[in-house]
Amino acid sequence: MQYETVIGLEVHTELSTKSKIFCSCTTQFGGEANTHVCPVCAGLPGALPVLNAEVVERAVRAGLATHCTITRDNKFDRKNYFYPDLPKAYQISQLYFPICTDGYVELASGKRVRLREIHMEEDAGKLTHDPYADASLADYNRCGVPLLEIVTQPDISCAEEAVETVEKLRAILQYTNVSDGKMQEGSLRADVNLSVRPKGSQTLGTRTEMKNINSLRAIARAIEAEAERQIDLIESGGAVTQETRRWDDDAGESYAMRSKEDAQDYKYYPDPDLPPIHISEADIERIAESMPELPEAKKQRYMTELGLPAYDTNLLTSDLALVRLFEATAKAVSDPPSPADYKEASNWILGEVLRLASETATLPENFAFSPHSLAKLIRLVKSNTINRNTAKKVFKEVFAADTDPEAYVKEHNLAMTTDADAIRAAVEAVLAANEKSVKEYKSGKAQALQYLIGQSMKALKGKAPAPEVKALLEALLR
Amino acid sequence: MNITELTALELAQQLHTKRLSIAQVLDAYYAAIAEKNEELQAYISVCGKELTYARAAEIQARLDVGEIRSPLAGVPIAVKDVICTAGIPTTCGSRTLEHFLPPYNATIVERILAADMILLGKTNCDEFAMGSTTETSYFGITKNPRDTSRVPGGSSGGSAAAVAGNLAPIALGTDTGGSIRQPAAYCGIAGLKPTYGAVSRYGLIAYASSLDQAGPMGKNAADCAALFGIICGPDERDSTSAKGYRYEPPLQGAMPLRGTRIGIPQEFLSEALQPEIKQTIDSLTQKLQAEGAAIVSVSLPQLAYAVPTYYIMACAECCSNLSRYDGIKYGHSADAESLRETYIRSRSEGFGLECKRRVMLGNFVLSSGYFDAYYMKALKVRRLIQNAYLKAFESCDVILGPVAPTTAPRIGESLDDPLAMYLSDIYTVTVNLAGLPGLSLPIGKDSNGLPIGLQLIGKPYEDAFLLALGEALPSC
Repeated sequence: MQYETVIGLEVHTELSTKSKIFCSCTTQFGGEANTHVCPVCAGLPGALPVLNAEVVERAVRAGLATHCTITRDNKFDRKNYFYPDLPKAYQISQLYFPICTDGYVELASGKRVRLREIHMEEDAGKLTHDPYADASLADYNRCGVPLLEIVTQPDISCAEEAVETVEKLRAILQYTNVSDGKMQEGSLRADVNLSVRPKGSQTLGTRTEMKNINSLRAIARAIEAEAERQIDLIESGGAVTQETRRWDDDAGESYAMRSKEDAQDYKYYPDPDLPPIHISEADIERIAESMPELPEAKKQRYMTELGLPAYDTNLLTSDLALVRLFEATAKAVSDPPSPADYKEASNWILGEVLRLASETATLPENFAFSPHSLAKLIRLVKSNTINRNTAKKVFKEVFAADTDPEAYVKEHNLAMTTDADAIRAAVEAVLAANEKSVKEYKSGKAQALQYLIGQSMKALKGKAPAPEVKALLEALLR
Repeated sequence: MNITELTALELAQQLHTKRLSIAQVLDAYYAAIAEKNEELQAYISVCGKELTYARAAEIQARLDVGEIRSPLAGVPIAVKDVICTAGIPTTCGSRTLEHFLPPYNATIVERILAADMILLGKTNCDEFAMGSTTETSYFGITKNPRDTSRVPGGSSGGSAAAVAGNLAPIALGTDTGGSIRQPAAYCGIAGLKPTYGAVSRYGLIAYASSLDQAGPMGKNAADCAALFGIICGPDERDSTSAKGYRYEPPLQGAMPLRGTRIGIPQEFLSEALQPEIKQTIDSLTQKLQAEGAAIVSVSLPQLAYAVPTYYIMACAECCSNLSRYDGIKYGHSADAESLRETYIRSRSEGFGLECKRRVMLGNFVLSSGYFDAYYMKALKVRRLIQNAYLKAFESCDVILGPVAPTTAPRIGESLDDPLAMYLSDIYTVTVNLAGLPGLSLPIGKDSNGLPIGLQLIGKPYEDAFLLALGEALPSC
């Protein structure tokens, strides 16, 4: 039988606000355990939460960027459960009136993945097990870091679509400065709800939920493995149990954590410590006006205004760090940049930059070099000071340590010679030494010219402009 | 002159006119505490003399040069032990927090310290403010100074007993369903439950967050007004504190009684009320009429649902507020093999019966399948009660009634029948549910010589008017 997979995602993203959602402690990642805490986020008796208005602002931005309806009268609810990472024994979240509802993100295919809601909540602390002391240690630094939970409808039908949905959301969150989207620091993590059903069926199968998957690759792997597991189960006469599972990416398997019967009763109720927050029409208008260009609009503009191909724009706009690098580089080449400058910047970024990034496993937001250095390099090529091959070698240095390309070229004497006599002398010497090739060329073998160009460039140590050498050779051979 | 019999304002006047020194005042109170606290058990902990006298010396130096930071500068104060005091044990009357030292002061504690008042000690209360008798405290039963065989009321029974027993000139209490007003009535003192939001809750260890409010307890309304003026006002650390609230007492010499319309809900004067209390209220209303006030009959038809509504709301909130006490980070921790066992034993040992009962009730009314029938319904009835008060206030300026159905019961009489104990909250809980200010004042005594209290209920944020009215009330 043919099966189809039905997937819904819950994407949790940490907001990039300076301070926590209900107190003024820093949200900075890391730090010595329990140093970013105060009576409020540590849940000490008597302490009270005060909402950080910036969180509401960013949630509205995320909602507007995903075509959501913004809830005017917002409330917070308490989600009650015992867990050592939750010092109040309840999480302040939104159940009854989430801040954004009924939006969507559009995939490259044109398919829309509908968003059921986006709600605000606080993050919990982090537990680590110390095997030597046989003790679990709680670090509350992350307690109270603001989170948005973005819940999709079950509109996703394969791992690729799930990954694309997360990528699109991630780009939107980055563009709107809602979140830094750093998955490796846990700023973005996803729960995957998945069920399978016979192809064409309209009823949903029993679903499982896999929690806290924190890389795109793991999301794809988890989906593929879980769909296969469910199909195998059904094929062998079994039935899927509604349960929460933990995806172990190292093992490439998921494990049952708890079944529906053991599901927690969170006893949600309105948090009496936080009065309702009203968002006015004027607030929404103000935020809408301050919205930056979103990925989709930017992509369109790159194609129509800058004349970049669709493939290039897709890659460039998928990551805000690349967008920033691209725009700043082009602008530093010349201001305003010409279409050729844009194309050149794009070629460099999609070529050498991403190649080295992948070789060294460096994320775009962690690049060591500045757009100015890359632009200098592009200018050196543009002005024929160095040729492309030399430039690629120089860029390795730029990429590794933001080396100044101009200084480097000077120091290593890589600039092309502009001395016409020296070039002529070198070319003449090559012609004299390669009579055979000269003969071949004159008898109509055009490739012989390439060999002669190569020999001349070699003699000139690559420091002459190739077109000039070619022209000179052609003139002398005529 | 017996120093400990003076009201807080009389004491302040003596201090500010340099007829008494703060040291003399502290001597008198420490002596009174040494003599009577063992019997009354008004205080759980008394502040060490060394630090207290050192602070007194600083304040004395300011008074000596005429720097008087508040109307109660130099006056000692007792604080209910559910209010956080930095570095001073704050137990909530519970074994759970027996050794808890808060790292910070509640906003209202910061305010009394900024007003140059002197913290004398922390007063006993029902465990986590749950109770009407101060018998559920882990640290012993507080006695009523008017008759030590009787309870002082609760949950702010320690604060009431301290003021009534002359162990403190004035005190802070908290009121979730009557916990300032009822012990004030039982002990024959005055106490204000302010409008919800008029006083910051930051640092007040929560029982039921939407109902809790701290307030002053003193020998009379004027003392309460002076302390209320110090502690009230917005606090950016409490989102539920009223942003624009300012205490503005009526002008001196104003006659708040003349022309005031006083509403009396007929439901308040039912047969359940002790006849002597009804008689005392009747005779007071006659005097008020004679002084120019108009008596209006009003109705609060939802009164019958007030107690169940209150206990559903309060228990729902307290069960989540008390969940954090797991024995791991602070508070009583049982030694157990597993984490789960540590939680279970720490909480089983840490909480007393009444707390457990309310946590269980709260978990029940919030659990899935019951939430709509209990919590949501209570929320709706709460709104009806609020609306009924607003409607009543269309025809009157203030509502008058009893505080409790009886005068102080004997120790041990109440705990065996929690339902009867809960029902005795009938006159006070609606005020918390509606977020209104309520003032309890002593207006007489029953045939056993036990104090009878009167309750004045005001419109939202009319605390100052209520206090002025209380000061102008004729004696019975």
